Amino acid sequence: MSDKVVHALYDDDDVLLSAVKIIRSEKHHIEEVYTPFPVHGLDKAMGLEETRIAIMAFIYGCIGLCVAVAMMNFIMIDDWPQNIGGKPSFSYLENMPAFVPIMFEMTVFFAAHLMVITFYMRSKLWPFKKAENPNPLTTDDKFLVEIGVHDNEKELEKLLKKSGAIDVSIIEKSE
Amino acid sequence: MMYTFPNKLRNLAFAFMAVGFIGLVYGFLSAPTTIEEAKAIVAANHGEGHGTSHDTPSDHAEESAHSNETSHDTDAAHSQDDSHNSGHTDSHDAEHDEHIFHQLTNKPWAALYVAAFFFFMISLGVLAFYAIQRAAQAGWSPVLYRVMESITAYLLPGGIIVLVILALSGMHMNHLFIWMDPEVVAHDKLIAGKTGFLNVPFFLIRAVIFLSGWSLYRYFSRKFSLAQDLADDISNHKKNFRISAAFLVFYIVTESIMSWDWIMSIDPHWFSTLFGWYVFASMFVSGITAIALITIYLKSKGYLEFVNDSHIHDLGKFMFGISVFWTYLWFSQFMLIWYSNIPEEVTYFITRIEDYNLPFFGMLVMNFIFPLLILMNSDYKRINYFMVMAGIVIILGHYMDVFNMIMPSAVGDQWFIGSAEIGGFLFFLGLFIFVVFKEMTKAPLLAKGDPYMGESERFHY
Repeated sequence: MSDKVVHALYDDDDVLLSAVKIIRSEKHHIEEVYTPFPVHGLDKAMGLEETRIAIMAFIYGCIGLCVAVAMMNFIMIDDWPQNIGGKPSFSYLENMPAFVPIMFEMTVFFAAHLMVITFYMRSKLWPFKKAENPNPLTTDDKFLVEIGVHDNEKELEKLLKKSGAIDVSIIEKSE
Repeated sequence: MMYTFPNKLRNLAFAFMAVGFIGLVYGFLSAPTTIEEAKAIVAANHGEGHGTSHDTPSDHAEESAHSNETSHDTDAAHSQDDSHNSGHTDSHDAEHDEHIFHQLTNKPWAALYVAAFFFFMISLGVLAFYAIQRAAQAGWSPVLYRVMESITAYLLPGGIIVLVILALSGMHMNHLFIWMDPEVVAHDKLIAGKTGFLNVPFFLIRAVIFLSGWSLYRYFSRKFSLAQDLADDISNHKKNFRISAAFLVFYIVTESIMSWDWIMSIDPHWFSTLFGWYVFASMFVSGITAIALITIYLKSKGYLEFVNDSHIHDLGKFMFGISVFWTYLWFSQFMLIWYSNIPEEVTYFITRIEDYNLPFFGMLVMNFIFPLLILMNSDYKRINYFMVMAGIVIILGHYMDVFNMIMPSAVGDQWFIGSAEIGGFLFFLGLFIFVVFKEMTKAPLLAKGDPYMGESERFHY
């Protein structure tokens, strides 16, 4: 497989979206799209697999809920029962309303933090990692589509120009 | 496209009303007219004489809590004031029997009132939702405006029925509102201190003001909406925006006071500062659910072809979100009162947990756990089957919510879901269907003049 790729720059997200649809309808494989902000509907247009982060969020939330129940049961019932407001802590169930805020917060805490960590691991991001985006303009206001080249530079270039790209360049990937 | 009211649906609505009416009449006729009859009914139900559940310790604790705070003389009509911790004396028995008698005569009235208020509340909730869409200049919802406007058509007839029931209470036809009884007020310092606000004329005047304010907004908003269809500028749309914003201010104040008046004052010793919000959440989620159910029904009949599954999805998100919001308020109210454990407040929940255990916790399952689990998945909000299932459970759950707000104070532990309750629900369901779908036929289902209509039709998630 050749390391040559085409970089097509776009300056509008709507143009980008229609361009992605055109490129895919011509059976070219889009390696990656770099955008300065999340473009609504881009994942569907690129035909990316549905994210499974939602089901993970649910599982993480359930874990958080269980941790909260176990934690409060240990702290407030088993380890050091106290009589608070005339409600002695002898039973988790009877004191449950007092623990609901904690159960809720821990659910949210686990779901949120573990989701972020999952997202980082899944996208291979970690602190001090060297940025992958090939063109600093994509951190400003331009959109970049990367397509693998298989001896069809001319045809691709024509197609990309037609789809509204403001600049098309062929890059030799050095890796 | 104009909607035609199918005969089948019209007949169904009439059948509901007829069956409901019979149920209500039976409920009223079978209510006792004398204390002896009441005793016989209770004896038949319990099999062992009156008031078995009145011997539970917590009930006595509750009663003693009350006797500490009020200067109780004999006051049989008052629901919780039978001051007798010292066993069963003859006078107690007589008082107790009269008490049961009042609860049983209240029962059909309370059933009627719960159902009348519940369906009225749905249309009021839809009116608030509609005004929010207008005031926020929402881009997604204009395709649903005609559905919402049809549902709010029930506001005036439903409101007048509620008003008539309130006026009949004021004329002492029933004992739903014990503070309306001068005998009770004379012996109750707490209620006596509230007569500046809780007196029958002012109460009815407030009710008339609230209802006319809401109806006026509904009338003009509908008028501008219809006029916008034919107009070539958007002046009607702008007028609608302005009156909607003004209405929302009026609504949130009057809705709060309405909830104290019409519901909280049934239990005049008890108070909760977030009760207005709580009732609002209940009517809001019931209203949104009604919009979703009626929209899905109309789509299944081939109407509303411009409504796509993204609109249904958004309604599903609202149903999910406001169900959680309702639970948040329910729990906020419950936890503070449960934790502080102040007698005058906590009696409210003791009655409900002791005597209404199943409806009280059942509605929590129906209004929170069920919609939470069913509607959490994004894809399920686009599947009509799930939406309808969740919607029906939410509607019934919020009927139970209103039931739980009104019944314990009106009939005590003498509740059951009998002919009056089912009849009341069916009667007002029939009336609701009839009024709403009748209104649906009067205007095109697409508010084509709305400046956001294009955005709404293209709306996709």
